[in-house]
Amino acid sequence: MTTETTKGKYNVIGTRPIRHDGYDKVTGRAIYGADIKLPALLQGAVLRSPHAHARIKSIDTSAAKALPGVSAVITSADFPGAHDTLIDLGEGAINFRYASNNVMAGDKVLYKGHPVAAVAALDKNTALEAAALIKVDYEVLKPVSTVMEALKPGAPIVLEDLEGQDLGEKIDGQTNQANHIRHEFGDVEKGFAEADIVIEHEFDTAMVHQGYIEPHNATATWDEEGRVTIWTSTQGSFPTRRQTAGILRLPDSSVKVIPLEIGGGFGGKIPSYLEPVAAILSRETGRPVKLLMERTSVFESTGPTPGTWMSAKVGVKNDGTITAATADLRFDAGAYPGSPVGAGMMCVFSCYDIPNTRIDGYDVVVNKPKTAAYRAPGATQAAYAMETVVDEICQKLGMDPLEFRIKNAAKEGTRRADGPIHPIIGAVETHEAAKASDHWNTPLEKNGSDGKLRGRGVASGYWFNIGLKSAVTISVNEDGTVALTEGSTDIGGSRASIAMMAAEVLGIPAEEVRPHVADSEGIGYTDVTGGSRTTYATGYAAHDAAQDVVVQLRERAAKLWDVEVDEIEFANGSYQSKSDPELRLSHKELASKLGSTGGPVIGSASVDPEGAGGAYSTQICDIEIDPETGKTDVIRYTIVQDVGTAIHPSYVEGQMQGAVAQCIGWALNEEYFLNDDGAMVNSSFLDYRMPTSLDLPEIETIIVEVPNPGHPFGVRGVGEVPIVPGVATVANAIHDALGIRLRTTPMNAGSILAALKAKK
Amino acid sequence: MPEFDFAQPTSLNDALDLFAADGEVRALVGGTDIVDQLKTGRRNADMVVDVKRIPELQRLELTDDGLHIGAARNLTDIAEFPPVVSDYRGLADSSLLIGSWQIQNRAGLGGNVCNAAPSGDTIPALLSHDTVAVVASKSGTREIALSDFFAGPGQTVLQKGEILVELVLPLMQENSASSYLRFIPRNEMDIAVVGAGSFVQLNPSNNTVLKARIALASVAPTPVRARAAEEVLEGNALTDDLIEMAAVAAVESATPITDVRGSAEYRRELVKVLTRRTLGICRDRING
Repeated sequence: MTTETTKGKYNVIGTRPIRHDGYDKVTGRAIYGADIKLPALLQGAVLRSPHAHARIKSIDTSAAKALPGVSAVITSADFPGAHDTLIDLGEGAINFRYASNNVMAGDKVLYKGHPVAAVAALDKNTALEAAALIKVDYEVLKPVSTVMEALKPGAPIVLEDLEGQDLGEKIDGQTNQANHIRHEFGDVEKGFAEADIVIEHEFDTAMVHQGYIEPHNATATWDEEGRVTIWTSTQGSFPTRRQTAGILRLPDSSVKVIPLEIGGGFGGKIPSYLEPVAAILSRETGRPVKLLMERTSVFESTGPTPGTWMSAKVGVKNDGTITAATADLRFDAGAYPGSPVGAGMMCVFSCYDIPNTRIDGYDVVVNKPKTAAYRAPGATQAAYAMETVVDEICQKLGMDPLEFRIKNAAKEGTRRADGPIHPIIGAVETHEAAKASDHWNTPLEKNGSDGKLRGRGVASGYWFNIGLKSAVTISVNEDGTVALTEGSTDIGGSRASIAMMAAEVLGIPAEEVRPHVADSEGIGYTDVTGGSRTTYATGYAAHDAAQDVVVQLRERAAKLWDVEVDEIEFANGSYQSKSDPELRLSHKELASKLGSTGGPVIGSASVDPEGAGGAYSTQICDIEIDPETGKTDVIRYTIVQDVGTAIHPSYVEGQMQGAVAQCIGWALNEEYFLNDDGAMVNSSFLDYRMPTSLDLPEIETIIVEVPNPGHPFGVRGVGEVPIVPGVATVANAIHDALGIRLRTTPMNAGSILAALKAKK
Repeated sequence: MPEFDFAQPTSLNDALDLFAADGEVRALVGGTDIVDQLKTGRRNADMVVDVKRIPELQRLELTDDGLHIGAARNLTDIAEFPPVVSDYRGLADSSLLIGSWQIQNRAGLGGNVCNAAPSGDTIPALLSHDTVAVVASKSGTREIALSDFFAGPGQTVLQKGEILVELVLPLMQENSASSYLRFIPRNEMDIAVVGAGSFVQLNPSNNTVLKARIALASVAPTPVRARAAEEVLEGNALTDDLIEMAAVAAVESATPITDVRGSAEYRRELVKVLTRRTLGICRDRING
């Protein structure tokens, strides 16, 4: 079901053409990172730490180097040692020195799977055999795995040189607390005093992984001029260039990144892991080197989203007005600082208009892989705390949870708890659409078959979305088609949506735009595909580049007809003289005359727009639980989301459904299960237990369109907010079914059964 | 994956020659377990022998002395074999739970048995049917009761040079039925947190249990028989109360551990639930 606010407004936007890269992908022709083959290619392998925390006393590579077929063996000694510089990757910042340390451990290993050495050899088996011959002498140290353990006095210290901060003050001595920040507004004590009901709870969530299907990969050459070329699947060729160059201490311009098709990222393919290692192996061998991760390393050595400890406290009056709220969000960053706690703080209260708020956020290092962005990083955890407390308040008030959300909804002009004032947003419209949905208006039969118990949950979420830099060029072909070059790697159908925006401006069908993702030397600087920014910002650039084409085509028409440019107007895909209706050419006709009017036309734009516009999603979930086993099945799920304008509704719905699938897994089964030594023991798809198609219902989508005034077509980012309320929605449904509130994820069958027994 | 030699013999004698050779020789049927184990170094091999082309290992036949299933016969064929569909239903239940359709089309029953995972889904069903394993080597064949076949996680009593040729399930008697259930947190593509296979034969005149067999997966180093629960059942009328008593008694045979798939306490609870449910299904199947 779509609320068709764009209906009739556009010719191309809002339609569902076949994606431009569709045939290549479904036939297997598309070239992914693992498919790349180069002359004289060597195969690499990475040796990784079996320990969660250990000091490296020595590494003996002599036996590995002596193995026939081995071309090079490297350790951190072969890295230049990156500078202590913090850079923003668009969805999370990194310090180059820590990033270098993360791709190849220095004097300590900080998590199981931390790379300690790498090999290049004639074939993969030889490389693996050589890696097994490397002797590493470890002094095993006690690991620390959770935020609350890491914050205890006397906890094992993860980073001995970490300078911890607390509310702007440097912490004396060694600590695992990288930072503690606070947003405070109004008077929370006064606000709670005015409340009739105050609810406060604590939460623990497990670290979870994005679970993209394609493992990380990188192939590199380091040539005689000191120039590095990287082939990889990445969420951004420019951020990969910057990270690789920073770790290798090369100028950015010495590194060229050629992005290949990407089999999922969800934020996890923003950081570089293999690229600098492959480059150094190439430097040592003079040949191209390819590195591929296997699934175990994807889980153990790339960036999941944090495990957390959180508390949330909310006060309301009997009429349902929220008077105050506080939250304490403590996120594990993994082995190096930089958890998304800041983003969690920006989102935790942002569905609501709350006069008095205080939010504390802690960024804490632990002996787990360095976290990375995962779809609205930090917001899903925060919403789990806030939205389950809100659900309990609604239950106490006897108030419809959607009515409560509408009553307290953030609106244009509401101050977000961390400072910004909301522009035009669609929170109320989203809740209203949920209230009007078939799902909400269909009563749930509480008793299922065979004694199963059913429940319905509802929750809402917010994500701020980002803009950042994008570039697009559009070349007009003589046959009237256009080639559109962009720098945004396509992880969610963005080629189609960006091409459609150009087509809309040019007045041609989407199929006549040929979108192409260029390498880092084929297009102007473009930030990461992440932060829900691509359709927004790269689409903005496509709009502006297409406008540039229109300006130039008007000039060509003026030249052709020998009139002033001001005489030419562009309307409905045609260029025409204002004074002489006989002078009129379609885009296609005019394109055929470019060769005789000055040569090809190329339009371009480079943008850095600031009006990304936040987005809301409200979700309704019905579950059925077997009270004898604790097993939960999701039997109906509806996601409602304000998308601004749905450029290609199919890919908008795909983002909504995909995010729901991920948060159902997050809620019910997924976790980094660590043994007593702090090592992950379920690093396979078998035991990590993401949902399969048989574990998911048909996910119903309701698109709400409150156009974003900060975009020429009203686009809001759509990829991230759909995951935000999901875990809370499932938790609230479990409560409705069983009368039990679970405040630890995963809410798996064992924990449900244990809670049921405890209740009896 | 480390390199190894590979052979595809078409006769049992040729295969036995290969298995008698020096070094580690591994059998390949569907490859579901062994390929992954070789890749990840959990098992090693100097030679891998694809045993799917050996006629004896593809046998699927009901004779006067029972149901003969060749060790390399795929799970789909077995689950669709009419006598299995009508009588050996616990085996059909379990065969259709393993992996996905694609895996069931490829994976062999003998592979599931010889992999000897504590969680092997077909094993409790086979144990509940008093299955006998027929193994061969160059020095001849021998029969081993399947309940004596497992030596530990991933370990069988097969000697160097021996391979599993077929599994023989005794003929089904009147008024008997079997059933297998497992618990997984998802709905497919998972491994049993607990599995339970039950077999019941009733005396139709007085509803008493003539014979009961219960076997459990994922609660001990090998699949185990729940003998205490069997004793509770045999000789008594199969009432709901008796089923509940047997379900409680089955927990005595479980020595589960806590791991990523579930806690020991949770597994004990599941033993009770699944035993109760499989016994109820057996009763329903007998009563038709």
